[in-house]
This record gives sequence, C-alpha cells and structure tokens, in this order.
Amino acid sequence: MTDRSAITALSLLGLLIFWSLAAWITGDPQILPSPVSLVAPLLAEIRSGELPYHLGHTLLRVIWAFLLAMTLGTILGLAMGRNERLNRWLDPWLVVFLNLPALVLIVLCYLWIGLNETAAIAAVTLNKIPNVATVIREGARSMDRELDAMARIYRLPFRTRLRHIQLPQLAPFIAASARSGVAVIWKIVLVVEFLGRSNGIGFQIHLYFQLFDVGMVLIYALSFIAVMLVIEWGILQPWERRVTRWRAA
Amino acid sequence: MIRVDVTGKSFGGSPVLGPCRFDIASGECLALTGPSGIGKTTLLRIVAGIDDSFSGQVERPDNIAMVFQEPTLLLWRSVIENLTLIHPDLSRSEALDMLARVGIADKAELFPTQLSLGQQRRLTLARAFAGRPEFLIMDEPLVSLDHDTAQSMLRLIEELIAATEPAVLFVTHTLSDAERLATRILELRGSPATPSELSRKDIL
Repeated sequence: MTDRSAITALSLLGLLIFWSLAAWITGDPQILPSPVSLVAPLLAEIRSGELPYHLGHTLLRVIWAFLLAMTLGTILGLAMGRNERLNRWLDPWLVVFLNLPALVLIVLCYLWIGLNETAAIAAVTLNKIPNVATVIREGARSMDRELDAMARIYRLPFRTRLRHIQLPQLAPFIAASARSGVAVIWKIVLVVEFLGRSNGIGFQIHLYFQLFDVGMVLIYALSFIAVMLVIEWGILQPWERRVTRWRAA
Repeated sequence: MIRVDVTGKSFGGSPVLGPCRFDIASGECLALTGPSGIGKTTLLRIVAGIDDSFSGQVERPDNIAMVFQEPTLLLWRSVIENLTLIHPDLSRSEALDMLARVGIADKAELFPTQLSLGQQRRLTLARAFAGRPEFLIMDEPLVSLDHDTAQSMLRLIEELIAATEPAVLFVTHTLSDAERLATRILELRGSPATPSELSRKDIL
C-alpha cells in the first residue's frame, strides 16, 4: 500500500471512529446509530434487492445527466471561449442560469414536462450545464493560439483539430468540471427523486425521513457515496492521470 | 511563384506595415531582416495566411509549411505522432525516415516534453519538410539555441532545402545566417515599415 492510499484509509477509519464516539455520546440509536449497528440492516437491504434496485435507478439518472451536461456544457463553453461575439451574447444567459436555484429548475421542469424521467434528467442537466460551460470557457480561452495557426497552415481537418489539438488542451478543465460535476449532479438527482420520482436513493431517503428512520437514511446515503468514490477512484482519477501523463514524462 | 502585394497593415489604427511588394520564385530563398518590433513576424503571418486583416493580396500555393519561433508541437502526442497526425498520408516508416534525417529517430516514442529545445526544433523541421512543401516559411528558426546547436541546425536546414527545393521565406536577426541560406535579403525599415533589398555590398 502506498503512503497516499494508507493515509486515505486511515483518514476514513478516523471518520468512522469519530462517528462511533458521537453515537456513543448521543446514546440514542434513533438520533444517531453507530456504524456497526448499520451493518445488519445494510446486508438485509442488499439481500432483499431493494438497495441495488434504487441504487441502479439513481446511478442511471446520474450517468445520463452527467453525459448530457458534460457534452452540451463542453460544446457551449468551447464555442463561447473561442468566439468573443457569441460569448458577449450568451454570457448574460449563463449568469442567469448560474444564479437560478436548482430547486426552481427542478420544480419548473416537473411542471412543464410532467412528473417523468425526461423532466428529472432535464432538470439535473440544465442545473449543471452552466457550471461546465463556465469552466470549459476558461479552458478554451487559455488555449495556445499558435497551435491554431499551425493547424491552419497544415490545413488540418476539423476532427483532427478537435481530437488532437483542442480537447487535449481542455483535458485538465474537463477533468476538473467532471469531478466537481459528478459530485454536484448526484446531489441534485437526490432532490429530483425526493420531489417527484417513485424510485432511487432520493425517494428512499424521503420515505425513511417520513418514518424518522435515521439509520436507513444513512445506509442509502452512504451506499451511494461509496459508489461515487468507486467512480472517482476507479474511473475519473485514472482517466485524468492518463490524459495528463505527458506532463509527468 | 509566391506574390506578395501588401498595401498596409495597422494595429488599432496605427499603421505598422506600409506597401510591401515582392515575389519569391520556386527554389528561391528570401531572408527578411530588420530590428525587433519592426513588423517582420507580422508580415510573415500575413504571407503565411494566418493573419487575414490587412490591405492587399497574397498569392501562395496550397502546400505550405511553417517553422514557428516556438516549436509549437503537440506536447501530449508522441514525437512520431507529431508527424503522422499532421501529415496523415505519411506512413510510419516514412515518418521514421524523416526523424532519422533530423537525427531524432531514437526519440520517436517519447513525448516532445522529453526532448531538449534543439531536438524539439529538429522535430519542427521534420514536420515542415515531411509534407514536401512548395512554400516554406520560417520565423527565426535558430532563436534561443547555443552556437553549436544553431550551426548544426543551419546545416540541416540547408540539406533539407536542397533536397526539397521549396520557395523559402525566413525571418532572421543574424545577417550571417541570412547570407548563408538566402538568395536575396530584404530589410524592413521605417515607420510604417517597408522592405528594401540588401545587396552584398550593404551587408559587407
């Protein structure tokens, strides 16, 4: 085990000890159950298929919203960063959407589109696009203009320019917005599910909130945090290392 | 034949270049000199087709190559990919041959960040000549190199030009480099700058 992963493991262990101590001091499992006491109900939820079912629905919504927001946000940010005239026209829209509370967009999407999957994913996507576009726009502005000149001189086709010149320069910005994006998106997905879906982690949290079952709320929330950590460490961080390996070479 | 007929170029209302008219025949090498900030790179970029905001017109062939002041490489792609992505018709063995000609064949799989500045400039030369350009433009290709590296680069440029015979326009501050490579030398002077041809007598 490397020093870095040992520190991460120890840090998480410290959090568990802190939680156990807090549960012991509180002395009321209904307010704050200890981590150990959650193991049995967690296993029961997995065996019954409830947890995988709701986890799967939330994950699917996160993936859809993430892919849509990253694709549309990257296109918008790239276009605005490269075209000052377009940026002047669209910048006020970006400011409006950046300051529009997530809850308002969610409610409006449900009211306009209906209480369905399209509205749920659209609401999350629309919430995230302005953040992605803002970060990517900064990336597009910092791109090397001499490489554009080189591409023009050698008459490189659009696909080559995009894939081998522009996207590699944007990679650190895409990675930054993807990592912050995935964390924000799943939190918004939970609100969307809380307000208007009949499955998913948010729906289950809503259910157990009404039953005042803190243990189950924690089980569902922590299960999804575990999934997100696996995505962060298993997909996003290795991808970021791969696209930036030339810097370390 | 490259035909340059620039009547003027301004930045923010202040004229930088005055009338600049000259031709470069196929196989001819024209050096452009002049003090720093006079507008040499500006004129070069107009001739290359990178800068469109000027008065006048430039006739140039389609197949051109440019060696920039900075290496301007794809730092995130390997050395050999810096040739094959820019020239998709180039096979891997042709690309390796080209790298061998500039002396960096053993670096083919490295990233450009792993090369010295001299090696990066050799790679930019390989990239420029790999497409067998009809017109080659070089913007101070030897700047920031030590004397020995600059001399070996100069020899390499001479060899590659002799083998490919493009029309060449290059900017340099060093008159000895201009004399060695160029068949004609233009000096930019005045404000707004205009070119005037230097004779051997002027140089001596």
